[in-house]
Amino acid sequence: MNNSYEPPIFELAAPGRIGVSLPECDVPTTALPAHLLRSDELNELPELSETEVIRHFTRISQRNMCIDTTMYPLGSCTMKYNPKIHEEAARMPGFANAHPLQPTYMSQGVLRLMYELQRDLGEISGFDAVSLQPAAGAQGELTGILVFKAYHADRGDHARTEILVPDAAHGTNPATAAMVGYKVVEVKSDARGNVDIDDLKTKISPRTAGMMLTNPNTVGLFEEQIEEVCALVHAAGGLMYGDGANFNAILGIVKPGKVGFDFMHYNLHKTFTTPHGGGGPGSGAVGCTAALAPFLPAPYAAKVGDSYDWQVPAKSIGQVKAFWGNFGMLVRAWTYIRMLGGFGLREVSETAVLNANYIQAQLRDYYPVAVDRFCMHETVLKGQITGASGVRTLDIAKRLIDYGIHPPTVYFPLIVPEALMIEPTETESKFNMDRFIDVMRTIAAEAQQDEEILHQAPTKGVVRRVDEVRAARQPVLRYTKEVFAAFYAEPGHHTV
Amino acid sequence: MSHYISITAGERAEMLKAIGVNDVAALFEAIPSAVRFPPLNLPKALSEPEIRRELTRLSNQTAGAHTHSMFLGAGAYNHFVPSAVDQILRRSEFYTAYTPYQPEVSQGTLQAIFEYQSLMCALTGMDVANASHYDGASALAEAAVMAVNVLRNRRKIVITPSMHPHYRRVIRTLLVGSGIDVVGDENPTATLADVMQLVDNQTAAVMIQSPDFFGTMHDLKAVADATHAAGALFVHHFDPIALALFQTPNDVGADIGTAEGQPLGIGLNFGGPYLGIFTTRKQFVHKIAGRIVGLTRDVDNAMAYVMTLRAREQDIRRERATSNICTNQALMALAAAVYMSLMGRQGLRQVANLTYQHAHYAAQQIGQVSGYHVVDNGPFFREFVVKCPKPVAQLNRSLAEAGIIGGYDLGQDYAHLANHMLVAVTEMNDRSEIDHLVSTLAALR
Repeated sequence: MNNSYEPPIFELAAPGRIGVSLPECDVPTTALPAHLLRSDELNELPELSETEVIRHFTRISQRNMCIDTTMYPLGSCTMKYNPKIHEEAARMPGFANAHPLQPTYMSQGVLRLMYELQRDLGEISGFDAVSLQPAAGAQGELTGILVFKAYHADRGDHARTEILVPDAAHGTNPATAAMVGYKVVEVKSDARGNVDIDDLKTKISPRTAGMMLTNPNTVGLFEEQIEEVCALVHAAGGLMYGDGANFNAILGIVKPGKVGFDFMHYNLHKTFTTPHGGGGPGSGAVGCTAALAPFLPAPYAAKVGDSYDWQVPAKSIGQVKAFWGNFGMLVRAWTYIRMLGGFGLREVSETAVLNANYIQAQLRDYYPVAVDRFCMHETVLKGQITGASGVRTLDIAKRLIDYGIHPPTVYFPLIVPEALMIEPTETESKFNMDRFIDVMRTIAAEAQQDEEILHQAPTKGVVRRVDEVRAARQPVLRYTKEVFAAFYAEPGHHTV
Repeated sequence: MSHYISITAGERAEMLKAIGVNDVAALFEAIPSAVRFPPLNLPKALSEPEIRRELTRLSNQTAGAHTHSMFLGAGAYNHFVPSAVDQILRRSEFYTAYTPYQPEVSQGTLQAIFEYQSLMCALTGMDVANASHYDGASALAEAAVMAVNVLRNRRKIVITPSMHPHYRRVIRTLLVGSGIDVVGDENPTATLADVMQLVDNQTAAVMIQSPDFFGTMHDLKAVADATHAAGALFVHHFDPIALALFQTPNDVGADIGTAEGQPLGIGLNFGGPYLGIFTTRKQFVHKIAGRIVGLTRDVDNAMAYVMTLRAREQDIRRERATSNICTNQALMALAAAVYMSLMGRQGLRQVANLTYQHAHYAAQQIGQVSGYHVVDNGPFFREFVVKCPKPVAQLNRSLAEAGIIGGYDLGQDYAHLANHMLVAVTEMNDRSEIDHLVSTLAALR
């Protein structure tokens, strides 16, 4: 990584430069409406040559860790290798240059791709219908809970006001339920990391609209009583929402639609390895049972005779995104499924689970395992090192940076104290995992010898630990010459 | 074994031994046996040469700006994307990283987002921008939710029928269950003045798209003033290219400025991924949904960027969060930042001017063809409405044969606008393309 300070792009600019080559105006000109002009001449926009723009963004790119340079065992995020063919595929001319509203007879190739991806995602998950519209996992969740609401309303059942959410859930689950106006009822987890059935029974009621459950759950474990959980919720008239964040563990292993889930979202940017992009774009396609299919977002791609067209489900909740979804991500997911096939997808999950269990087995004597049983695609350890009571999970995470490894997810799930959630994914090599294991053992030993080594970490990142309190208390959220000048003038300021 | 996986059979055996099981299947015993290991009925796996052939076939079955002159806009525009933009997006350091939770090893992504936020502020004149929403439609929905959270007792949002039909649908879908009423577009011919009659002491926000769906630019200053007089927030849904020349959300006095960011260096991509731009005033910074990056220092006093004001977000606030957004459109925000940096002040104004001039030339030429009538909706930027002598779908079929993707058929969304075509023209449509469109239309009347 590049640890030299790179000034904000505004400081590299000078008036008069341009970074693009544009045509001359070849038509007679019309005067601009004077009363609608902006009040300045866009004076704050920086001006640079193409060379300088490329250098600037290339230099800052080098201030990142990424999958292509580093093991990135960020639990729950499935940071697997992003195949290069996907990047070529999404940029093919017909995919990159098709207008979303052009007539369908001009869009047969892209509609066919969407139709086939809908079909294949349905097959992989055991659902009858799929919509590719939601832009990210959280929007898929919202879509699902809106569908639940519409389903109950359609049956004239207006008494259901609550959504059950396990205490281990991602924050998006309760946030989603609340956005749709549901009361969130939290369900406890038991000592084996499952939903606590006794607690669930006390929380289920005629008010239950449904339950949102991640399976494998956020402790990296398969819910051992999944069929009972689903049966209990169904018996009360509720619906089961499957958060597909951890779907990478169960491709060809089990179909969520066959164990009692009614609806789920797929994070195509996790399981189907469309790149994470530094925080998106994602894609939160959703699948559901035949009973819920009429409520899916409109429209979806359908095969009509020999051609492809849009269709609108009979009782659709409407549109959740302008146009049809993050299509570029769909091309990548389609390519991935087509290249791996059914056998290859099962191999993905088997290897992901093998890798996580290997790391768990090799580290269990150094870091307590949150729940000591076989994990699925990720293992949740506790950053509690014997004989190093002053060391916290955050210190361990930061020390990993000094060894050139991206930290795991930390302090999640919230029910595990000092959680370190490690997801190697299937694409990590044994060589890299062995190195990770060695490094984690070394860090435990360092902690026992001198906690200060960990408290001081990282020393080899691009920067060291940052002052988050200052960032929040005196927010600087945009470049201005004055604010940066004031930073530069502070005592002790340096830029390396 | 797949070429993405490194574990050999020998290594697998060693690993299984370390775990203490005989085979991988033993790791899945928590799964009910009746449903374990189902067959997947999927098409046969393809090698890379084979998949390339398949992809090429599907790509070739799809027309677009690469095969036809594009005069279709309606919310997705064929603007020039400099080669340099994609070269930056293709850097693994950007596209294979995730959310910058660990600032010490994510300064690249964090600085890129900070610069995106800064460039959006420079473009709009607003004080703050977030790291992005999914698209223009979801940015508008978030603006509605924010307005209701700022003005606690007001739950009415006023919009106009000239807002993009998809945006209106998305806002309504996303706000079901929020207890927020969206009004103003029930009558498809309602004017801006008409809908302003609906603004009252229950109104949380007035949200106006300008240039609107029909391409018309509105002078929003008086509308914003009237909105404020009623105690509500004003949202200007702008066009980022138009802003290079025309009134900004700041100029009109908006409290929130949102936009579809696709025209800023992002290809058509059959509708996505695009970019939701969200900007607002300083006083609302704690009410914004989505990620925000700020400047700070590290323990050695080096300057550093970090995600900040995190207490607003769903992973911390859970059911008390106002939005569930997590993953957003970071790479698309990077595209917009690179695009704006390349364009700079001059380039962006030049693109906006070329677009305006080409669009006006096209409108003048089409207006001279008998049988076609350019509807006078006031000043426009890149889109205008043409009343046609025949159904638009029929014209578009003939245009397609002449190598042209014609404009949007407004009759699909507005019953009173049957036979009306929404024509979009950008800097990519040079004079010869426009002349070809005009002569083809003339031949089709």
